[in-house]
Order: sequence, then structure tokens, then C-alpha cells
Amino acid sequence: MHNHPIETAAVAAPQLSDSGIALRLQTIAKHYGQRQVLHDINLEIKPGEFVAIVGRSGCGKSTLLRLVAGLEAYQAGAILYDGVAEDRRHDTRIMFQDSRLLPWKRVIDNVLLGLGPDAFPLAQSVLNEVGLADRAHDWPARLSGGQRQRVALARALAHQPRLLLLDEPLGALDALTRIEMHTLIERLWREHGFTALLVTHDVTEAVALADRIVLIDEGCITLNLPVPLPRPRERGKEFAALEEHVLRQVLKQNHYPQPLELTADPLWPPAGQVRWAI
Amino acid sequence: MASPSLPRWQRLTPWLPPLALLILWQVLAQTGFISVRILPSPASVAQAAWELTLSGELPYHVLVSTQRALLGFAIGGGAGLLLGLATGSFRQLETLLDTSLQMLRNIPPLALIPLVILWFGIDEGAKLFIVSIGVFFPLYLNTFHGIRSVDPGLIEMAKSYGLSRWALYREVILPGALSSILVGVRFSLGLMWVLLIVAETISANAGIGYMTMNAREFLRTDVVLVGILVYALLGKLADLIARALERFWLRWHPAYQS
Ligand SMILES: Nc1ncnc2c1ncn2[C@@H]1O[C@H](COP(=O)(O)OP(=O)(O)OP(=O)(O)O)[C@@H](O)[C@H]1O
Ligand SMILES: [Mg+2]
Repeated sequence: MHNHPIETAAVAAPQLSDSGIALRLQTIAKHYGQRQVLHDINLEIKPGEFVAIVGRSGCGKSTLLRLVAGLEAYQAGAILYDGVAEDRRHDTRIMFQDSRLLPWKRVIDNVLLGLGPDAFPLAQSVLNEVGLADRAHDWPARLSGGQRQRVALARALAHQPRLLLLDEPLGALDALTRIEMHTLIERLWREHGFTALLVTHDVTEAVALADRIVLIDEGCITLNLPVPLPRPRERGKEFAALEEHVLRQVLKQNHYPQPLELTADPLWPPAGQVRWAI
Repeated sequence: MASPSLPRWQRLTPWLPPLALLILWQVLAQTGFISVRILPSPASVAQAAWELTLSGELPYHVLVSTQRALLGFAIGGGAGLLLGLATGSFRQLETLLDTSLQMLRNIPPLALIPLVILWFGIDEGAKLFIVSIGVFFPLYLNTFHGIRSVDPGLIEMAKSYGLSRWALYREVILPGALSSILVGVRFSLGLMWVLLIVAETISANAGIGYMTMNAREFLRTDVVLVGILVYALLGKLADLIARALERFWLRWHPAYQS
């Protein structure tokens, strides 16, 4: 994955989409029956921006993503894609926490889902990009969890989305595989230029990947924080400080266990602190 | 599951009990311990089978029975499959039909025999009707259940990937329901022979059931046994075919990967 030729020659990569979508959420409100899940959500995302949404469990992160994907209706407000309100954008793709590969289709046919047979070379090239070209003819049941998520990523990319929605795509993976996937997702995002909206429980993941971190609490956006760190990001002091800041906001408290003090030189925190799960 | 790495003699172990039984049976019959009227020896059963085959009688009856079985399976199973697909896919049809079908399901098909004889006489129609009704329900129920239990996450995913209604059905819903449908097929194939045996024994002028009933009148116990064994073989054959279909269509499934 790391010595992939495309990584060093990003310019030569196939430019699959001209650029990302500009996304604008205006005073969105959503409730299920009596339960108000989201209210007065205002968010503006620039083309090609990478935005991470964090928040406690049940705060409505997935719901927000599903609204943007057009999988669910909302009660008030508007979602504008490139300035236009639409029910469902054809150039938006979503990636779920479980890979949702069709078990009865081989890997390559999963990637081809919804595309014509003439998309075969494209499907092969995205499989190659996620490093699974040699597994094209395997059944999904034969893949590991991380490999399945990579296929799901390839399937999303094969549609050349201009907006990629990721709902905790790495939630079920181990810490090491996560770090590999971060590198992969960041590289593909830079090459393809799509706008990315990532829902995650993992503050480290948000700080590592996002241009901006949005915190949802009790149905509202309570934090909208740019991440000014240069890419590729190293886990240095600034990284840790940002992480701590976001985590404090999420937990809404000033007293919490203080593992950060333990790392005198947190260039690479000890294994126990590699990630911060909320 | 038997692993292919077992030594040859161990793979033969399941065949030892029937073989032993066969030998015991032959010995008992030959020594006159049981009367040949009650149970003729295996050798004479084999002899009878051979003669019936040579005379063309056995192949003829097997052919007639197989045709009936398959036709009944095609009619009843086909209807069950189509109706299951329909009620599984459309809520309105389910509310309209499902209660009635669940009610009918509780009637054993064999309980209909007197009525069927009144309706169809002892014609072909009677036997086809019994078999069709019997195989209808396993296929209907399993198809319905299969469609309803397709992972909604996969359906949502496919919709969001721009699949049209028909493509969604072909690529997601049908393959997702297939393992359940095949369970229905296996059940139906088992029932198919049972029902046909009963139907042919009651009234027929050809077929394995007719052959055995006829032999009973002439006290040809060996021929009766030939008929019973042929039924067993045909049942086993149907099951093997169903399993082969499962292995092929569900080859993606971890349970079917060697
Ligand atoms: N289909 C639904 N019907 C009723 N309530 C729902 C439905 N989907 C979600 N909810 C409710 O909406 C709220 C937000 O759910 P959502 O899935 O968006 O949370 P989340 O932030 O993604 O949580 P997690 O981090 O645990 O995934 C929850 O209280 C949930 O119970
Ligand atoms: Mg969620």
C-alpha cells in the first residue's frame, strides 16, 4: 500500500472527478415522531474539503449523513449541492460501517455494482488503488474486515463521486489497520479531489484526516474547528493539543483522566493511547 | 461434515450397517428362518428387479411416476415460488393473501384425497393435484420468508448506488432469498415422492405405486420390495440434485466453500 506507484506520482493519477461538491446545510431539522434528533443545523463545506463529524453516541451523526445522502427525508431546512437543492445526488456515494458487500458477488462484481460492463477497466484500476487487484475474483466472505472496507471504498470510488460520505467506515477495524486506512483514504481523497464528510467516534481519526472538525451535541453543532496542521500529519505536540481540545468539548468537562501528561514527547504516543475512543 | 482427508476405509464406514443388515437378511431368508412370503431374500429381490427391467415393465412405471412427480412439482412449486415472490415483495398482496394461505397450509394434502377423488375421479388430475398442493406450501413459505429476510442494509446500499427496481430485484433481493428458496425446494422434493406414493397406491393404472399394488394382489412380495427400493432411490436422487443446486448457487456462501 505504501509503495504504491500512484503515491509518488499523484499528477499521473486518473482525474476521476473534476472536483468536489460544495455542500450547504441550511437550518436542517429532523425528528422521528416526537424525538427531535437534529435542529437548526447550519454547515457550509467547500469543494474538496474534508470534514469530520464527531459527537457522542446517539447525537445524530449518522442521521445527518443519511440526510445528506438522500436516504432519509428531513422536516425543515434545505441541503444545497453546488447551490442546488435536490432529493438525491447521483454523484454522492456513501460508505457504511459494515462494508455491505453483496456476498454472492465476487469482489470485482461488487465494485461494478450499478455500473455497466464497460466500467470493468475502471473497476480494476480502483481495486488496484486500494491494493486489492489480486483479490478481484474472490468471494467477499474470504476477505478480512479491513480488506472488505477497502473493497467498499473501491466500490464507492468507482462511481467517481464528487461527495463521499463515510459513516464510521473504520469503526470495526483494529488500531493498526485503521492507521493504514487513514493513509489510504487521505491519499485517495487528495488524488480524486472529492468532498469528504466523515462520521467518526475516534477523535484521533478526525484530527488526522479532516480539514475541519464539526461537533454535534444534542442535535446542534457546538464546535466547528479548522485543523491547521500540514499534511501528511505527524502526531506531534500540536496534534495532541488539538485532540485534547476536541475531546474536552465532546465530553463537556474539565476533569477527565489525563493520559496526555504521561507522554513527555508525544511524537508517537504509547500503544495504549494510540486512539481516543469516545 | 466429512473431511476429504479421511482414509478410504473410514469413508466407507457409513455403508457398513446397511451391508451387515443385507447379509443378515440374506442368511435369514436362505435358512428359512423367515418365510419368503413375508420377506423374500435380497437375491430374489434383485432377480425380480432384473427381470422387470428386462421386460421393460419397471422402466415404464418409473417413467410414468417420474413424469407425474415432476409435472406436479413444476405446477405446485412454480405457483408457490411465484406467489411467494409476489407476497414477499408487495405488502398489499401479503395483507390480501397471506392469512388465507396460512389457513390452507394447515390442511394436510392427504386429507383432501376423498374430495379430490370426487372432483377428478381417479384420473391423472387427482394425482397431480395432490402432489401440486403438497409441494406448493414449502416453496411458498420459504420464498416469502427468504424475500422478507434479505438484509435491509444491502437493499439500502443498492438503492443508494443507483440500482433500478428491476436491477435491485435481480442483483440483491433474489440472490439474498435464494438460500431460503432452496431449502423450500429440498422440502418440496421430499414431499413430492411421499405424496405421489400415496396417490398412486389409491388409484392408478400405471406407475410404481400401481406396480406394487398390483404385485400385492398376486402375492409377489419381491416386486413390492422392488417398488419400495425404487422409491427410496428416486427420493435420494431428488435430494442429491437439490444439494448439487445448492452447492452451485450458494458457492459464495462460506458454508458451501470447501
Ligand atoms: N429510524 C429511526 N427511528 C427512530 N429513531 C431513530 C431512527 N434512527 C435513529 N433514531 C434516533 O436518532 C438518534 C440519533 O441516531 P444516530 O444513528 O444518528 O446516532 P449516531 O450519532 O450516529 O450514534 P452512533 O455514534 O452510536 O452511531 C438516536 O437517538 C436514535 O435512537
Ligand atoms: Mg452512527
